[in-house]
Amino acid sequence: MTELPRLAETGGCRNTPILKQRGQHQVFCGLTGIIWLHRKMQDAFFLVVGSRTCAHLLQSAAGVMIFAEPRFGTAILEETDLAGLADAQEELDRVVAELLSRRPDIRQLFLVGSCPSEVIKIDLQRAAERLSETHAPHVRILNFSGSGIETTFTQGEDACLASMVPVLPQTEARELLLVGALPDVVEEQAVSLLEQMGIGPIRVLPAPRADSDLAVGKNTVFVLTQPFLGDTHAALERRGARHLPAPFPFGEEGTTAWLRVIAEEFGVDAETFDRVTAAPRARARKAVSQASEALRGKSVFFFPDSQLEIPLARFLTRECGMEAIEVGAPFIHKGVVGPDLDLLAEGPTLAEGQDVDLQLDRCRAARPDLTVCGLGLANPLEAEGLATKWAIELVFTPVHFYEQAGDLAGLFSRPVRRADLLKVEAAE
Amino acid sequence: MKLTVWTYEGPPHVGAMRVATGMTGLHYVLHAPQGDTYADLLFTMIERRDHRPPVTFTTFQARDLGADTAHLFKDACQRAYDRFQPEAIIVGASCTAELIQDDPGGMAETMGLPVPTIPLELPSYQRKENFGADETFFQIVRTLARPAERTAQITANLIGPTGLGFRHRDDIAEVTALLSDMGISVNAVAPMTSSPSDIARLGAAHFNVLMYPETAETAARWMERELGLPYSKVVPIGVGATRDFVAEVADLAGVAPYLDDSRLRLPWYSKSVDSTYLTGKRVFLFGDGTHVKAAARIARDEMGFEVVGLGCYNREMARDIRAVAKGFGVAPLITDDYLEVERTIEELSPEMILGTQMERHIGKRLGIPCAVISAPVHVQDFPARYSPQMGIEGANVIFDTWVHPLVMGLEEHLLTMFREDFEFHDAAGPSHHGGKAAPRVEDVDGGPAPQTPREYLEPEEAADLVPASTVSVIWLPAAEKELKKIPFFVRGKARRNTETFAAERGVSEISVDTLYEAKAHYAR
Repeated sequence: MTELPRLAETGGCRNTPILKQRGQHQVFCGLTGIIWLHRKMQDAFFLVVGSRTCAHLLQSAAGVMIFAEPRFGTAILEETDLAGLADAQEELDRVVAELLSRRPDIRQLFLVGSCPSEVIKIDLQRAAERLSETHAPHVRILNFSGSGIETTFTQGEDACLASMVPVLPQTEARELLLVGALPDVVEEQAVSLLEQMGIGPIRVLPAPRADSDLAVGKNTVFVLTQPFLGDTHAALERRGARHLPAPFPFGEEGTTAWLRVIAEEFGVDAETFDRVTAAPRARARKAVSQASEALRGKSVFFFPDSQLEIPLARFLTRECGMEAIEVGAPFIHKGVVGPDLDLLAEGPTLAEGQDVDLQLDRCRAARPDLTVCGLGLANPLEAEGLATKWAIELVFTPVHFYEQAGDLAGLFSRPVRRADLLKVEAAE
Repeated sequence: MKLTVWTYEGPPHVGAMRVATGMTGLHYVLHAPQGDTYADLLFTMIERRDHRPPVTFTTFQARDLGADTAHLFKDACQRAYDRFQPEAIIVGASCTAELIQDDPGGMAETMGLPVPTIPLELPSYQRKENFGADETFFQIVRTLARPAERTAQITANLIGPTGLGFRHRDDIAEVTALLSDMGISVNAVAPMTSSPSDIARLGAAHFNVLMYPETAETAARWMERELGLPYSKVVPIGVGATRDFVAEVADLAGVAPYLDDSRLRLPWYSKSVDSTYLTGKRVFLFGDGTHVKAAARIARDEMGFEVVGLGCYNREMARDIRAVAKGFGVAPLITDDYLEVERTIEELSPEMILGTQMERHIGKRLGIPCAVISAPVHVQDFPARYSPQMGIEGANVIFDTWVHPLVMGLEEHLLTMFREDFEFHDAAGPSHHGGKAAPRVEDVDGGPAPQTPREYLEPEEAADLVPASTVSVIWLPAAEKELKKIPFFVRGKARRNTETFAAERGVSEISVDTLYEAKAHYAR
């Protein structure tokens, strides 16, 4: 088989001490994941049980109403719900009945917990079980929490997928399960590469529809396509499935390493592996080297946001020639991002969680050439003369696997190129 | 519980953030979980602000709930003071923190910070964003504003503008100019642009200009009572309202009314013959109470439209809007339920919507042109150019904005005359809106056909159809075909009028004759 990825010469970051500060976090809550999940699962509806704030967040984060009537909504808690005048379970029954009668096309309904519903302890699991009995077999009803007191941004997807695992049918078949919601085009590329190597059957969680043939059992091996799926990982292991730890498929190197782990598991010979990957690898290398021209020798600073930070830092440092100053992530789950940490050369500060004001101080002092951060920080930092890449685009854009490797580099190089391009300041 | 798809207003603490973000030297310590920090992006992305909002969130997590969230709040408050050194602090809770009952106001008070700390009680499960802004500004004014000696010169405060306000930035400039022309200076603009020390000397003005009742009416009333500052009631949006405003201000200030209308173009543009096509256009209005109230008057008196329905999403303005609706002889729609607004628009099938960004989407779906007149705001509502709603330039801007989505007069005729033309056909749409003209689909004339099933129609044609359940009359094929010859932008009206005409006369089948009898009946 072709050469293994070089481990970082100085040793990886797996054992680097992690900076943990506790202060204001500047992150989305897990409800945000609904914005892409509801497009991915085409017969699912996401009903947030929460407050006006939850509804407002979904609307604001969704870039204000892309879809006339989306497959998500909020059951807004009112004074009567809090004062105990209305029984929460009865109210839910009413709202769900109203919703399902409006939308007969819905086959899966997720009751999504929020900060307020958790603080007042509305038992959504009980509600989901009861409502499933009422509405089965037409609609399957599950629950998960997207609350900001328990989940950060992409963890919402994790919680959602984890909630689906216990109800998956049992299978004894040896199958490969790809875990993570990817844009269709990207998912098809991954499946196609693996099938060309003779690997199969391949299943994907989440499936686009409820009535898929997705099943899990002790002969299932699974591989994650997103680094934020720690709970789903644990839930699958509880069902007896076995995890294949791998670097994440960002960039040419990441994609090759990810595919190789699967290929080895399924006994694919080196010749086949090379035959299938050679052409797209060459394309990816070429695209990355072109798109990363503006990035070589530049420094990058990651604020914690999507949990993609560690694999992306690996991609930017190893394939795009950047130097990482700080890599902040909301959580660092070494069982999931360990292989990426091994490949990330020592040097950058690794930070978990955040005190945003202190982190901003560090960022300003370091004056990185590129700062990867959330939407709340991007324009203020731009105004201070720092080029930024807003992180939410990384979860909304196809960036995985070979054919998108150049696009991924392009997402980071565009702000840097733009900063050089614009001549809008007054003449000196 | 109330099932909600889209919401017109955010929660009340977002209103408080709008006040804090508009001001300088003020800091807001908000007891809230981490997810609530999304609200920063409203200001940094939608409004493109180059600074973070002056808000510290405590961002408590589930694991803190069992322990000591109160301590967390005090820490955050102390650190915010140390770092930002504000002149005053406002403290409050978001919806989740309200439930854990930590009493941020009480805690902040015991900390002995050397600046005023103003507690906010914003009931998240009863009230919304506009209330939050109004109440926050009121509490700030009540705490900080003191009676002061009037300025020697005649001055006014402009009150109501906030961060993330619909055209507030430019309205301030326009109203300042209106006052300046009458020799009146501005003492303070608040909350936007003011610091706590500016608030302290609001009482030095001779009167208040209440620009947006939504965000400053409570403060205006308090200042009238406690500081003896009268306030203006007319909001100068539109030509008539601007003239009334000038008269009212002259009266409040004791000066002669004066309006420099040399740059005012709306009246002539509206009178000029090319605007004849605007006559009687059926419009539906929806938005916040203040903007809808002003827009209704402009629509009828200054554009010559017919107002077929109006409403607002903020209940605080329900009484005003009911009165306006009564004057126009239409039913008021007071609701924050987006789907109800959509249903109403579908039923009324207006030729144009004057609404919010939400109605713009309804219009897109139903094929009805829409101009935006009110918050909730979108990044498009912060144009780079000067684009006020108030005063002389505001009237000019409104004329352009409202006419823009429409098919223009001559083009309307061309569409009617050359309906079978490959360019000027029904589905082509206004030519100034870009986008490739959709080619005309040739009609295959296969003799009498049944009524076209909904799913085979173009979306905009399907939108013209009244829901089947309400139709008690049948269109004969020839009449149906004749109806299709009527340009799409008036077809909905023609269909409705004909059906009403037929129903009133007990006619159950509509023929070509019925169609033209109805046309004659409704001719104006």
